[in-house]
Amino acid sequence: MLLREVEYARPSSVAEAIGLLGAHEGARALAGGQTLVNVMKARAASPDVLVDLNALVELRAISVSGDTLQLGAMATYTQIMASAEVEVSRPVLAEVAAQIADVQVRNRGTIGGNVCSNDPTNHLPPLLVALGASMTILGAGGERTVSAEEFFLGVYMTVVGEGELLLSVSVPASATTADGFASVTIGRDGTCIANAAASLSGDAPRVVLGCVDAVPVLVSPAGADEDSVRQAVEAAGLEPPSDVHASAEYRRHLAGICAVRAVQQAQERGR
Amino acid sequence: MSVEQPSTSRTIAVEINGERYEREVDARRLLVHFLRDDLDLTGTHVGCDTGNCGACTVHLDGQAVKSCMLLAVQADGAKLRTVEGLAPADGELSPLQQSFSAHHALQCGYCTPGMLMSASALLEQNPRPTEEEARMAIQGNICRCTGYVNIVEAITSVGESS
Repeated sequence: MLLREVEYARPSSVAEAIGLLGAHEGARALAGGQTLVNVMKARAASPDVLVDLNALVELRAISVSGDTLQLGAMATYTQIMASAEVEVSRPVLAEVAAQIADVQVRNRGTIGGNVCSNDPTNHLPPLLVALGASMTILGAGGERTVSAEEFFLGVYMTVVGEGELLLSVSVPASATTADGFASVTIGRDGTCIANAAASLSGDAPRVVLGCVDAVPVLVSPAGADEDSVRQAVEAAGLEPPSDVHASAEYRRHLAGICAVRAVQQAQERGR
Repeated sequence: MSVEQPSTSRTIAVEINGERYEREVDARRLLVHFLRDDLDLTGTHVGCDTGNCGACTVHLDGQAVKSCMLLAVQADGAKLRTVEGLAPADGELSPLQQSFSAHHALQCGYCTPGMLMSASALLEQNPRPTEEEARMAIQGNICRCTGYVNIVEAITSVGESS
């Protein structure tokens, strides 16, 4: 397929990337390209300039320092699945990365691309809100850190502004927290119709629902029992979208089920 | 060091199946079209052109990727392997290709280049995959003829005979 004409640059440093993004109106960062290239084919996005981040090895690192797991924005799903740091600190990230699409997509797709594209059916936005992650963003004015709860603004929209770049995602590396994730997908590992992530430290879980709104929806059940979780989802007053895969009513129903399953998974792991 | 400037085309150098190519290519050109139309390496197929079917799968620096979801300019400096690179130069088929033939792992053959590239990427890391591992490896490759059974058998039996 022929894309609309586009300019391309491959910076070799983060500073150079920021310079390029800031200097060209309509410039867009190209991470793994597993979403962006396809939406460019459909002309749903037509950036004038692509700033390819694939040469920026410093954005691919996964490390633990103190009680924080830091994932570079260009870390691929395949890297996350194989990371010893992820396995010891927050293994749910590797499990969920393994559920995204297929081998070829996981070899290219990145955590940064997943969250910055903020497709409401993506896996990582609700998961990262549940884990209490924070995002570090660099712009011409310097670096800032935003919590995952504040990061997602709307469908395909985040707080990363023009000329800015997501550098990394930080997740608390907690030995006392247990996490879970559940989804209903179109075929195995396909697009999510509904999903939910849960994080449990203490008695009350932190539950985040995906696919039901423009941004992940955080609910806070009073307890980890099924009734509390279902009540909390009901009280959220969800008005999910209706599409060919699920009516709004069915998707609301699935949100409750995914929430319960995610919490149960977290509980089983917490024991 | 020169400062990188955006441009609508650039000269790229890639190594494909051991051979070096240098070409000027439009930034908007997908890798699969670069392979097929510019280099006449037509073994790599275009199936869906939306990243779903996997017929365009090639190896980029050893990893299976879908060449319809990559710009050719992104492959600059990379080592690529396409289905043409599986069989040695003397024309003998690779063990995986022989296994596909022996197990009748294709009917129309359209998905076969992608299946072979996904399967060979698996076998390089894991020479004796289980049925489940073989199925996971070709999760991103769609076959509308065979029902996959013979493809999976072809993949898992390569390691058994060695």
